[in-house]
Amino acid sequence: MTSSRRDWSPTCPVPVRHDAIMLAHGGGGRLTRELIETLFLPAFASPAGAARHDSAVVTLGGIRVAFSTDTYVVHPRFFPGGDIGRLAVFGTVNDLAMAGARPSYLSAGFVLEEGLPYAELERVVASMREAAVIAGVELVTGDTKVVDRGKGDGLFINTAGIGLVPDGVDLHPGQAAPGDVVLLSGDVGRHGIAVLSVRDGLAFETSVESDCAPLADLVAALVGAGVALRCLRDPTRGGLATALNELALDGGVGVEIDEAAIPVHEGVAGACEILGLDPLYVACEGRMIAIVPEEHAAPALDVLRRHPVGAGAALVGRIVGEHPKAVALRTRLGSRRLLDLLSGEQLPRIC
Amino acid sequence: MRLVDEYRDRDVALRFAAAIRARVRRPWSIMEVCGGQTHAIVRFGIDELLPPELTLIHGPGCPVCVTPVEMLDKATAIAARPGVVFCSFGDMLRVPGSELDLFAVKARGGDVRVVYSPMDALALAERMPAREVVFFAVGFETTAPANAMAVYEARRRGIKNFSILVAHVLVPPALEAILASPACRVNGFLAAGHVCTIMGLDEYRPIAARYRVPIVATGFEPIDILQGIAMCVEQLEDGRAEVENQYERSVRAYGNATAMAMIQEVFEVVPRAWRGFGPIPASGLGLRAEYAEHDAERRFEVTTVTAREDPACQMGLVLQGLVKPPDCPAFGTRCTPEIPLGATMVSSEGACAAYYRYRRLAR
Repeated sequence: MTSSRRDWSPTCPVPVRHDAIMLAHGGGGRLTRELIETLFLPAFASPAGAARHDSAVVTLGGIRVAFSTDTYVVHPRFFPGGDIGRLAVFGTVNDLAMAGARPSYLSAGFVLEEGLPYAELERVVASMREAAVIAGVELVTGDTKVVDRGKGDGLFINTAGIGLVPDGVDLHPGQAAPGDVVLLSGDVGRHGIAVLSVRDGLAFETSVESDCAPLADLVAALVGAGVALRCLRDPTRGGLATALNELALDGGVGVEIDEAAIPVHEGVAGACEILGLDPLYVACEGRMIAIVPEEHAAPALDVLRRHPVGAGAALVGRIVGEHPKAVALRTRLGSRRLLDLLSGEQLPRIC
Repeated sequence: MRLVDEYRDRDVALRFAAAIRARVRRPWSIMEVCGGQTHAIVRFGIDELLPPELTLIHGPGCPVCVTPVEMLDKATAIAARPGVVFCSFGDMLRVPGSELDLFAVKARGGDVRVVYSPMDALALAERMPAREVVFFAVGFETTAPANAMAVYEARRRGIKNFSILVAHVLVPPALEAILASPACRVNGFLAAGHVCTIMGLDEYRPIAARYRVPIVATGFEPIDILQGIAMCVEQLEDGRAEVENQYERSVRAYGNATAMAMIQEVFEVVPRAWRGFGPIPASGLGLRAEYAEHDAERRFEVTTVTAREDPACQMGLVLQGLVKPPDCPAFGTRCTPEIPLGATMVSSEGACAAYYRYRRLAR
């Protein structure tokens, strides 16, 4: 008993000890990472899941399969450009795509709160069906639980998915090397701002719609064109800055990006100015970061830009040998500064 | 983006920097008053463009940072009460009190909500008549008009279940406290542009004259700050000590009369304790007697428990501009944004947070 407990006891010293789970543990920043590293990984880590990634790549009967799961609790459930159902399908599809896989089958688990309007659930399910058709996946198994009124926030959805990883595709941050370039498939921050714009107590008028979109086709196009992909990430929770930091940490490399090269939609930039948010930390749901060798940058951008989801693709930075595990930002004024991992969610400022 | 991009233009910034370099003859220390300016300076690397003769000192203009621990303890005590909906600007939630921050109160079941405007909290009170809605009224002269408006409306519309916990502070008395300190090294100020937008420039004139310091009302974009510094340097090299306005696109010398009238209507000037400074006479706002029924401190009769500050934290010296954040022994070791010892490490306008977030990169 004692020995088995010690086997997976959290690594010591635990940097921060909270006696209760805080919202920031789910914010995608430093606290989320800490929770994973000090509690989940020691408990569950297996060689198959060793590369900390949005998907695990496992070998089943000699075939490499990407496997991923994600839970969707977005509130409000309907927002400009999408809804929780669409997100639940595309989110898991994208997690699989970031491992280079062709997503095929998804499961869906529903946690419904007593009193949820039936019509609303119908709407979400219809949206999931449509999203599955768009992404070319099938929802093949599922589960439903209903909890007492007050014990859930209307509707939570979990999806899990699997997909085959093509031969020769092996993507992980460890492949990134100094000299490689950082490509971004489009402008950042649309999803986060679209959701904020309809959130209780914050509703503001904006033309910004969520960028919520499946990325698997884009990835397949890159692979098909022979682009030597090192690693892919989708900058969801915590945005571009967080995804780049994870990449730097997991790959043990430095990243330097150019502020002026990062595309930001005018409406996103404006909302961020007013709310005191940094668009580089605001979530995307249909964008990806691709690390490729410098000589593949031009053909890769060409492939990305020919696809509607990647039309706004840009080269935004490079992998460097200096400051391993950290991300530097070249500011508009030409100075260089740290682009840090945030503790939790960005807090809107006072004035 | 219009009205933003032109104030972040690299070529214009470099021209101002060159003009400053050409004008500076002697060493000067200039304090930017507002935490928003501090963050812009560190985030854009503005200080790296300045000649070595110029030192920027980061001022106390972060409302989150100067709210005393006692007030945070009152906030957490009220927020933890059953039946209370405690509304705050997001920034305040992670600031440590003696024992807890508001996030911890929320994690333990307190109903703590982030709002963007006191009027949203008032609307919540109207929607939830059975609950006591309390708004944490923090800030300088900038947030005071809207907070005053919420209380004014609550009284006018008879919304009895709305109250505010007032921790308002005023900029000019803090500048005087800094200038009166024997350790003061400040030769000139960049005053906070948005505070001046509300209050105008007149209240700074006696300070400039008495202490012989130039005061330039300055905006928050890189070009604003560089131009503010250039104007300040110009005065210092000329031996002038005047109040000038860099932020002309927002600040009028006479301020915003409507906003000032609303502040006058609801608030009166009171003494306040500042975190990092201690008590400063006539340095804050409190509710007038006519609005006392909306005063959360009276309504909930929170008694002050002894407030504890971590002795390792040097935020008091940081706020007075006497210590730069990285020079504090706790910076980045015992004190990080995850486990902050002081408010300056928490707030999006805190000087320690700015250095932690942008400056830990091996050069």
